[in-house]
Amino acid sequence: MTMAGPAIFESAATLSTLLATRKISAVELLREFTARVDAVDGRVRAFNSRDDAGALRLAAESDARRAAGRELGPLDGLPVAFKDVIAVDGQPLTCSSRMLANFVSPYDATVTTKLRAAGAIPWGRLNLDEFAMGSSTENSAFAPTANPWDLRCVPGGSSGGSAAAVAAGETPWALGSDTGGSIRQPAAFCGIVGLKPTYGLVSRYGLAAFASSLDQIGSLARTVEDAAVLLGAIAGHDERDSTSVRAEVPDYRAELGRRKGPWRLGVPKEFFGAGLDPEIEAAVRAAMEFYRRAGCEIREVALPLASEYAIAVYYLIATAEASSNLARYDGIRYGHRAAGATDAIDIYARSRAEGFGEEVKRRIILGTHVLSSGYYDAYYLRAQKVRTLIRAEFQNVFAACDALLSPTTPTPAFPLGAKVADPLAMYLNDIYTIGVNLAGLPAISVPCGFTSAGLPIGLQIIGRPFAEADLLAVASAYEQAHDWHRRHPQLP
Amino acid sequence: MNQTSDFDIDYVANLARLALTQAEKERFARQLGEILHYVEKLRQVDVAGVEPTAHASPVFNVWQADEPRPGLAVDAALRNAPAARDHQIVVPRVVE
Amino acid sequence: MKFEAVIGLEVHVQLRTRSKMFTRVAAGYGEPPNTLTDPVVLALPGALPVMNKAALDQIIKAGLMLGCTIAPVCKWDRKNYFYPDSPKNYQISQYDQPICRGGAVEIELPGPARNIMGEHKRIPLTRIHLEEDVGKLTHGAADSLVDYNRAGTPLMEIVSEPALHSAEEAFAFLTSLRLTLQQGGVSDCDMEKGQLRCDANVSIRPVGETRLGTKVELKNLNSISFVRDGIAHEIRRQIAVVEGGGAISQETRQYDGEAGTSAAMRSKEMAHDYRYFPDPDLMPVQVDEAWKAAIRATVPELPFDRQRRLMERFHLPYTITSVLVPDPAQADFFEAAAAPGGQAQAIGNWIANDLLRELAGANRTLAESPIRPAHIAGLVQLVDTGVISSPGAREVFAQMFRTGERPEVVVERLGLRQATDTGDLERWVAEAIAANPKAAAEFKAGNEKALNAVKGAVMKAAKGKANPKLVDEAVRRQLG
Repeated sequence: MTMAGPAIFESAATLSTLLATRKISAVELLREFTARVDAVDGRVRAFNSRDDAGALRLAAESDARRAAGRELGPLDGLPVAFKDVIAVDGQPLTCSSRMLANFVSPYDATVTTKLRAAGAIPWGRLNLDEFAMGSSTENSAFAPTANPWDLRCVPGGSSGGSAAAVAAGETPWALGSDTGGSIRQPAAFCGIVGLKPTYGLVSRYGLAAFASSLDQIGSLARTVEDAAVLLGAIAGHDERDSTSVRAEVPDYRAELGRRKGPWRLGVPKEFFGAGLDPEIEAAVRAAMEFYRRAGCEIREVALPLASEYAIAVYYLIATAEASSNLARYDGIRYGHRAAGATDAIDIYARSRAEGFGEEVKRRIILGTHVLSSGYYDAYYLRAQKVRTLIRAEFQNVFAACDALLSPTTPTPAFPLGAKVADPLAMYLNDIYTIGVNLAGLPAISVPCGFTSAGLPIGLQIIGRPFAEADLLAVASAYEQAHDWHRRHPQLP
Repeated sequence: MNQTSDFDIDYVANLARLALTQAEKERFARQLGEILHYVEKLRQVDVAGVEPTAHASPVFNVWQADEPRPGLAVDAALRNAPAARDHQIVVPRVVE
Repeated sequence: MKFEAVIGLEVHVQLRTRSKMFTRVAAGYGEPPNTLTDPVVLALPGALPVMNKAALDQIIKAGLMLGCTIAPVCKWDRKNYFYPDSPKNYQISQYDQPICRGGAVEIELPGPARNIMGEHKRIPLTRIHLEEDVGKLTHGAADSLVDYNRAGTPLMEIVSEPALHSAEEAFAFLTSLRLTLQQGGVSDCDMEKGQLRCDANVSIRPVGETRLGTKVELKNLNSISFVRDGIAHEIRRQIAVVEGGGAISQETRQYDGEAGTSAAMRSKEMAHDYRYFPDPDLMPVQVDEAWKAAIRATVPELPFDRQRRLMERFHLPYTITSVLVPDPAQADFFEAAAAPGGQAQAIGNWIANDLLRELAGANRTLAESPIRPAHIAGLVQLVDTGVISSPGAREVFAQMFRTGERPEVVVERLGLRQATDTGDLERWVAEAIAANPKAAAEFKAGNEKALNAVKGAVMKAAKGKANPKLVDEAVRRQLG
């Protein structure tokens, strides 16, 4: 077993420069990462599958383009790993579920098409909580991913494979999806950057839907700049997604250089109450102090409705939408079909019982119930009304703030198996992230320290709709003044 | 809001086409009962006159012109089919 | 006890568009199975719907034609149920905000005789909404096969008020609706291709009772005739049940058109809990006055309106208009021929009887007809002005159909011009009178019919080419 070369922990920006200056070829670069995955993924279990041969072919094509002076831009030749919920033509799309264990996608998601057009190499399917339902990746039907900082701990979820793979140097960056915190929370647990864009900025065409009004594809990376570049490559209006917004997509990287602050930063006072780990609180307050010393105005704001009700609202709306979105998984046209089913009802009930894991079934049952006759008004409709109030609450707060600061998670990464028995306890992990999805806002998690046990701590920054450029600038200012992003886990 | 004890797991499981074991039914009924109890707190919120969130922003008429576009070749369409014959999906006999 | 039937119809009509309702793969019929699919049609993971603008145009047009109120805003809902022909296991439809409300279908019931227009009624509609069609299931002995070519085709659901009271009315409703939608270009309404499907809700009640009886849903009515027959059968069945002391159960029954019987069907979805909720993937639709005005400008004259106008303006008999109106091309042809102001009834007759017969015999369409409107107009004028006789006109018509020549040309070529030269005519009349003294005397004595012998002799002398009217005049004059 060989140690992979130095490239594996470099930022994508650096790798892009190395490719551009011919210090390394795309093929060599990819081989470094495949070697790294071979070396460590047995213990990390971030990857569901890889298409090394296909990726090497694309890498060779990239090198040929570069040799001919026809490179496609800064992403040409860089591998990108995908959370196994995003369609890549010819690659498995399992959603980490037995239901889709053998499903191969016959089409590309829009984000995939855009990345291909930029010369990036779609490589590797990353583990997740089954159908993106979970906060620890323990709900994967295949295997639980481990946190590279402590292999006995969870990497977070549902994009746990994406976060762990980036943290462990197995891929320079990755795509994930975030419905209630599923990019930000694992990014925080794994000490990397995780960015969820404004709802509607990135096309959902090709993202296996969990909760249609909440899902967004976003970037997980080593640095804010990388996260910005990857976002820029996938963002933009898409005719195939009716919820996609015609918003201008600026050059996020260029804007990083131009926007320097100072900013008016709000701190939701409810987010610092009981249940917040003291070490996390200390790290986040230190970050707030950094901003204050840098000239930013730090002001306490109130989010009483979001802090009190967001989880309840989320679990009614998300499960309702999911119960409908997952109805298509029936073993009829694709997916797992139970053997020996005798009639049309039987085939559904047994195929789905065998194909879905426990958390997925639980959420489908809950979602079906809240939509069912006699319960719709009291549950789903009421939740959507409270959601309107939560959205208005955030809007009010943003009248006087450019961004909000908070911890990303109330606790650091917990041990594998610690929370599986209590679904409600697991849901309460999402307390800081979930309101953001209800309001459709952009948000980013950046590393801001470590616990005394050596587990990463994440700082969440929340921005105004379609103000990713400002959000990234606020995040970058903190990052560049600290060294957290240069620390990497030592895998034994 | 109805009592959470009104939660009929058999009815819902049938609607959702999920064959649950007896143990699962008991476990889910208990866990979902707790979750439904938790969400009861939403009753405290005054939602009089509040519109439910339909979409992130009030946009209308998002459509495409009626221009046909190539679809999937039949082999690609059926590539993942658990059972197919004569280019059609096979399902157990449906009695209407 | 006398019973009255109360019937409501639910009609699904496929809209004529090039691509499907929520994705741009081609819509079509008769293609090899599963060749009109894409990730959206098959409900693959990650697929998303996008509205088809033309489908909205079509339903607005249908709504305007049927006098509906077009909703200024409407939205999409998911109707959740599991079935093998429904890829997402939910159907995108419209639940509480349909795009059209109200409206009516004008129907005509059979009259007391074939040539007498029957009673007209307006059957009110409840609503019309847009949804997507499902795939096609073919049932075999051991299993069933699914073809998703049809899945996702734009479908209009038209719901009538329970305002029909007989199988005949239902038949009339569907024929009128079909004709209107066909002529609007909204759908070809070919029931054999599944482009128009109808379910009926049938109940009975004692005459005078205002509350509705228990209704039975009738399905598998695969032709307009089967709709009529199935409803008639169901009315009889319900009456028999009630008269036998039983009660009608609310159920769904499948009609067997060949056997003329019906049977209760297995219920598909327990208690029909569809869990409707607004589809988060689709934006609502806003229809403004400008859009409606643009569609309104494309709406043709409704069939019954056209029929009334033709009867009124041109004094056409009912039977002729009944032939012309169902095919707008025929009605257009007629109006083009009659517009210059000729004998409209004669023009109508030539087209409705003779031209259509010849075309059918030659297996040609009206568009391929060698005879054009001006030909008919010209022919009728030649008869009207006495240039040719009626038998002569038949010959001219036959020639025109063969060659497409104008009638005047044919008349000259065949020498069919009637003799109107009064000199010849007076001479022939005088000779005929002289040769038929007995007939002449009988006529003078008051026997009208005796004239025919004299006139016949004149025609013989004229070799058939005399204008009968002029002959009649001349003979009467010479006989005093």
